[in-house]
Amino acid sequence: MSTKDWPLWEVFIRSKQGLAHKHVGSLHAPDAEMAVENARDVYTRRNEGISIWVVESSQVFASDPSDSDAFFEPAQSKVYRHPTFYEVPEGIAHM
Amino acid sequence: MKEVNLTELEAAFQAKIDSEVRIEPKDWMPERYRKTLIRQISQHAHSEIVGMLPEGNWITRAPNLRRKQVLLAKVQDEGGHGQYLYSAMETLGHSRQQSMDDLISGKAKYSSIFNYPTLTWADIGAVGWLVDGAAIMNQVALCRTSYGPYARAMVRICKEESFHQRQGFEIMCVLMKGSEEQRAMAQDAMNRFWWPALMMFGPSDADSTNSEESLKWRIKRHTNDELRQSFIDATVPQAELIGLTIPDKDLKWNEARGHYDYGQIDWNEFKQVVSGHGPCNTERIAARKKAEEDGKWVREAAMAYAEKKKARKAS
Repeated sequence: MSTKDWPLWEVFIRSKQGLAHKHVGSLHAPDAEMAVENARDVYTRRNEGISIWVVESSQVFASDPSDSDAFFEPAQSKVYRHPTFYEVPEGIAHM
Repeated sequence: MKEVNLTELEAAFQAKIDSEVRIEPKDWMPERYRKTLIRQISQHAHSEIVGMLPEGNWITRAPNLRRKQVLLAKVQDEGGHGQYLYSAMETLGHSRQQSMDDLISGKAKYSSIFNYPTLTWADIGAVGWLVDGAAIMNQVALCRTSYGPYARAMVRICKEESFHQRQGFEIMCVLMKGSEEQRAMAQDAMNRFWWPALMMFGPSDADSTNSEESLKWRIKRHTNDELRQSFIDATVPQAELIGLTIPDKDLKWNEARGHYDYGQIDWNEFKQVVSGHGPCNTERIAARKKAEEDGKWVREAAMAYAEKKKARKAS
């Protein structure tokens, strides 16, 4: 195919005020504006969104899953960051 | 670089599958798992967009404005479902354009059901009720498939499909309450679509070549025959309720099994249709090819315009 393919965009949708944008999938579009319009037609046909972000997929830099054990290890060894680590004496209902 | 043993990687992968941890795009996976998914998801995506054709055939001739609006919305949904699935497929490193080229060249397959013609308005009822009904049976099971992006696409699709089946059944209900001719038209659609709908679940378990591995990897959760049986059990009472006859003289309730027994499926017909000799195979591929070729200048112009805008912004 001689035509240059449209770039791939990742689509993020805010479903209502107060909630964060959430990744829903991807699509192809020639530019950001058309990516947003296509995202509306593909991902919000039933009022699933009030705001759309698109990011060109090639711009996403991700952590490496094959390295995730070591990468996330620092948090795993720190149980004292969780409230359940601490003893609360009997008689205290809320803390 | 760490030396990692392939056997160890495969064992770790299978352990993840067995403990119901979903596989995500960048995770290590056996090449066969990747290939099987690319084949299955792209076939599924192709089925959605080729599936727009038999129903699109009736948009201009829908009997009233309400039916026309509904059919338009349904066909648009099918296009959207194709998009969700191509998006999931692309996470496996297979390009959408390659997939489209494979469809047009005849290399890729799609569901055999869409190679049957929609001859009357009742066929639109039968397609929504039986074809979407069968598809839902399959797709609900796939919401728990082991590959994350595929499962998420299926959840979206299943939410949207339930209106598709209802609108089809509604068409059948209305026709069955109509004139003698209308009832005959509904029964005729039932007669033509029943067996092809049963074939949608694929070959019987004994002859299904891909099943065992797909079950092990939890790409599939149920066998073809299990899903087919669930569809029959769910659909027979619906047909009886509105007075349609299932075109199968061997169909009867089996008290001991707790399921309907049914007659022999004509697998020869299935093979013929899958291998390109169904009533509409040529027409369907030609329509996709025409859409691809006719849209080419639009895709090129949009890209050229985007590049021009970008260049202007930069200067």
